[in-house]
Amino acid sequence: MTAAALIAVLIGMVLLLVRVLMGPTLYDRILAVNVIGTKTVLVIGLLGYVMGRPDFLDIAMIYTLINFVTTIAILKFFRYRSFQVPLIRRPDTGAGTGKGGE
Amino acid sequence: MRELFTADAGPALINITLLAILFIVALAIARLRSLFAIVMLSGVYSLISATWYIAVDAVDVGYTEAAVGAGMSTAVLLGAMLLTARTAKPDKPFKRIGPFLICGATAVMLIYATVDLPGLGDPSSPANTGPGMTYVHINWYDTAVPNVVTSVLASYRSFDTMGETVVVFVAGLAVAMLLGFGERSLAETLRKTKKRRGKGKEGDVS
Repeated sequence: MTAAALIAVLIGMVLLLVRVLMGPTLYDRILAVNVIGTKTVLVIGLLGYVMGRPDFLDIAMIYTLINFVTTIAILKFFRYRSFQVPLIRRPDTGAGTGKGGE
Repeated sequence: MRELFTADAGPALINITLLAILFIVALAIARLRSLFAIVMLSGVYSLISATWYIAVDAVDVGYTEAAVGAGMSTAVLLGAMLLTARTAKPDKPFKRIGPFLICGATAVMLIYATVDLPGLGDPSSPANTGPGMTYVHINWYDTAVPNVVTSVLASYRSFDTMGETVVVFVAGLAVAMLLGFGERSLAETLRKTKKRRGKGKEGDVS
């Protein structure tokens, strides 16, 4: 049963890869990469049970954190065109906070 | 555990599937022209190769690949993309026949070299005889760390690891100084100059 779930997740990963390759807009690609990261976490977790080593769940949690931070970084990059702008909006309209992206 | 890779077909099938996905991603990176898609695909490549490292039991390499490849280098590549165009110039197919031949020859040599490698988990391979097994046996009495890789990296070779960390830190600092990442960075300066000059190319990202 676990092996069947693993195969299903791998097929889903291939389908998402098609979306990354053909994605018409930017956000399709960002979303597809984010979901591929989630699928990676699932594959690692399922792989732990298929190979008889459930310790892999810890590794899967670390991957979740990395995936989250990466997605936040990419989205912030496209909102502000820079990495050093704080995510909290300042009350005064300082340089680069208000209307950086589209 | 080791027998799974040889006797059972399931994990071998997983390895083949992951490597096939990696191959497709690499082909797409070579053929696509949109730089943003290429950066995204390099992140996907890192994630899937990290999964594959874990599938072949190299957990620490998988960690490094996920943190550096999928996390840090995607951000660095995006920062570098600020300084260039959004798409690569189209070039004629079959123009670079020389590099293709060199890459093909290297691949053939590497595949030929894999014939001599010992099998995965072979007890008589050089990695599993000699000093390696000594570390496995004495590690617990020396360091009381259950993971042998951790004890070798952080105890037996701790100065070496510290030197490597310093090198990686200096390399990261150099990249951060080149790209800037701030309001005084080169990309931000270019953007301000473009805005001052008039309506630049602001909205075309993909």
